[in-house]
Amino acid sequence: MRGATRVTLARRALAAAGAVALTATACGGGSGSGGVGGTPQDGVVRAFWTDPQHPVEPANTNEVQGGKVLDMIFRGLKKYDPRTGRAQNAVARSIRTDDQQNFTITLEKGWKFSDGTPVTAKSFVDAWNYGALVTNKQVNSYFFQYIEGYDAVHPDKGKPTAKTLSGLKVKNDHTFTVKLNQKFSLWPDTLGYSAYAPLPKSFFTDHAGWLKKPVGNGPYKVDSYTKGQSMQLSRNPHYQGDDKPRNKGVELRVYTDQNTGYTDLQAGNLDVVDELPAGQLKNARRDLGGRYINQPAGITQSISFPMYDKKWRSEKAAMVRRGLSKAINRKEVTDKIYHGTREPATDLTSPVLGRAGGHKPGLCGTTCEYDPAEARKLVKRGGGLPGGRITLTSNVDTGSHRQWMEAVCNSINRTLRKNDACTVNPVPTFSEFRSDISGQKMKGMFRTGWQMDYPLIQNFVQPVYYTDASSNDSGFSDPKVDRIIDQANAAPDQQQAVRLYQQAEKRIIEKLPAIPLWYQNGNAGYSERVSNVRLNPFSVPVFTDIKVK
Amino acid sequence: MGRYVIRRLLQMVPVFIGTTFLIFVMVYAVGDPVNAMFGERAPDPATAAQLRAEFHLDKPVWQQYVLYMGKIFTGDFGNAFNGQPVTELMATAFPLTVRLAVIAVVFEIAIGITLGVLTGLRRGRPVDSGVLMFTLVVISVPTFVTGSLAQYLLGVKWGWISPAVSPAAPLGQLLLPGLVLALVSLAYVTRLTRTSIAENTRADYVRTAVAKGLSRRRVTVRHLLRNSLIPVVTFLGTDVGSLMAGALVTERIFNIHGVGFQLWQGIVRQNSPTVVGFVTVLVVVFLLANLLVDLLYAVLDPRIRYA
Repeated sequence: MRGATRVTLARRALAAAGAVALTATACGGGSGSGGVGGTPQDGVVRAFWTDPQHPVEPANTNEVQGGKVLDMIFRGLKKYDPRTGRAQNAVARSIRTDDQQNFTITLEKGWKFSDGTPVTAKSFVDAWNYGALVTNKQVNSYFFQYIEGYDAVHPDKGKPTAKTLSGLKVKNDHTFTVKLNQKFSLWPDTLGYSAYAPLPKSFFTDHAGWLKKPVGNGPYKVDSYTKGQSMQLSRNPHYQGDDKPRNKGVELRVYTDQNTGYTDLQAGNLDVVDELPAGQLKNARRDLGGRYINQPAGITQSISFPMYDKKWRSEKAAMVRRGLSKAINRKEVTDKIYHGTREPATDLTSPVLGRAGGHKPGLCGTTCEYDPAEARKLVKRGGGLPGGRITLTSNVDTGSHRQWMEAVCNSINRTLRKNDACTVNPVPTFSEFRSDISGQKMKGMFRTGWQMDYPLIQNFVQPVYYTDASSNDSGFSDPKVDRIIDQANAAPDQQQAVRLYQQAEKRIIEKLPAIPLWYQNGNAGYSERVSNVRLNPFSVPVFTDIKVK
Repeated sequence: MGRYVIRRLLQMVPVFIGTTFLIFVMVYAVGDPVNAMFGERAPDPATAAQLRAEFHLDKPVWQQYVLYMGKIFTGDFGNAFNGQPVTELMATAFPLTVRLAVIAVVFEIAIGITLGVLTGLRRGRPVDSGVLMFTLVVISVPTFVTGSLAQYLLGVKWGWISPAVSPAAPLGQLLLPGLVLALVSLAYVTRLTRTSIAENTRADYVRTAVAKGLSRRRVTVRHLLRNSLIPVVTFLGTDVGSLMAGALVTERIFNIHGVGFQLWQGIVRQNSPTVVGFVTVLVVVFLLANLLVDLLYAVLDPRIRYA
């Protein structure tokens, strides 16, 4: 009896397995022709996406994937020209100041959010107050640090003593004033960054609902958003800007892996991929024909020294640092490892600024040039490497950090004719690396990268080299540099500010707390279905310009 | 039988607590995840402190663990760092991976056992050596190579299938990933079945069955195969667990947003709530799969009985 039941069980199991296999093959026959999401929607750009790390809200997004969405659904007071990187008025009609510290901002009339509510001075002030308040835990809070009253809403320790920034005052529906806590002539040009975007009332009344389906005042509006899968965007009928979309919409698709995205691009199932896998850079130009983009991004890489360490503070140590800088063959590393997607750096800024914005190739002078004989001489005159050897530290969990570090060390070793002069010290995770840096535990050279917040020369210098600045990882401090930066921020016009900042750069390179390595490029590929694709200074595709065939 | 099951279930409790605690400690020992949330810059201390408080990272590890476990039993696995509840991630990831794993297991059973029986009965013949060679190749080539190659050839070069699986992941699109995922285990199943069958063909009960005059088919399927399946079932049982967690490579290649991918992304982004949550569920799956295997023994071999 028992035996009999067992047989039927086994038979049933077999039958079930067969049925699964049958339905499976049946489905297989039908799906061969269609793309991932069936046939592409007419006029809609299909673009690569990965899950944003933070909820998509203006003051809480600091990486490209979330930035992509913000760039499409928001317009701030200013916007950056995708070609030149220059800040132009968008929602702002004018931003006026007499003393580089008190600003009066007047808005253009007629702007609306995609839900039809008007964009007013209050939309901006409320949004900025929200972003600055420490209890809202926004990772971009520091953008508001120059506004008066920031210390009260965002104290380093303890509870905030105010809810709103005292430096912000609404005058009427279309005017508000801003008081900064220091002179900062270039401040209006920072306002194109998405952290400064206005927010509609629904953001504050129904925050959870807003996060599910963000509402902004940009060229696109969100139609649907399935977290971890896709986002559908279409034209925002209320959009007032002059860069109206030249396509019907954008579909962002979340991919598990860059390689998969690239394969899908080759198969014609995807239109724009702005993260090309490192392993494919070698082939991308050939694979994609002319549909490969390699253009400057606002990212620079450098090697910093622990200036908080006695060994590195002396005048002689500066000579050793200069020697090390001249011992690195930047050209070779960028060609061999990065296949031309990095460019040897010759100043502290980035080519995205353009000459007018303050980028000055060659500012670094001979310090950034490869010259083995001179390098040996400098290191020797500086008393040799402290302890006879040096390490180069970085996290190795992302990017191709290990490869370039080894190449740089090899270059140094070859120049100094000593096999173990420079060794790589890999740290497993980025967060571990980060805590070592903030704990000032570095002994030798370490990797520092800088990704600009806005295309301004100030952003490449002040946060990194001003005494105790937020990203001054080397602990560098030089009264002369600080003084020049203060002067530059108080300068009445941009030209003068740029000139002063370049002076500061020269002084920094004299002291050389960090060796500039290379400028990073943004890379992207696109399908034959679309044209007019390019990246903006933040390496985000300019979706509004893309035309679909 | 019932008492046996209850005993086994009770044994699972300490195992469950032990494993989850180990995972918890390991994930949280890797470093401060808040650091990684600020990108390439020094975190702003005030915001970082607020975030640490939100995720209880400012408390000692044991206290975090107790808080976490307390919440789990109310069904709250916490929020991933992008604000999405971990349970929501599970709700989308697990059905996908289960579907993929089922397809893989079906391939393993259907192809693996058939090949195993075939080669086991024809030892030393060309079929046998041919299949052995094939399994050797399959075992020695890593999954990401077979996966990427199959994807490139079928998806890009010949355009028969779409290279990436869509979010809805219909069965048809999962066939190739399922096969790729199954390949290595399939080879093992073939080899296990072959050895087992080869051993048992000389057993007394097979000779008796033949002597009784049963048909060849009946002897093979009812007597020989059933007794030879015990090692294979053991293997398949543990394999279900590893298929769920270990589909990482396959899932990334074919754009399947399943458990493996979520785990990988959680680890890369140091998203501790995701990692611990998913692994906790996987631990339960493993334990249950093992229990099921043990119970299946009794079904396959009447000599094994549980009291």
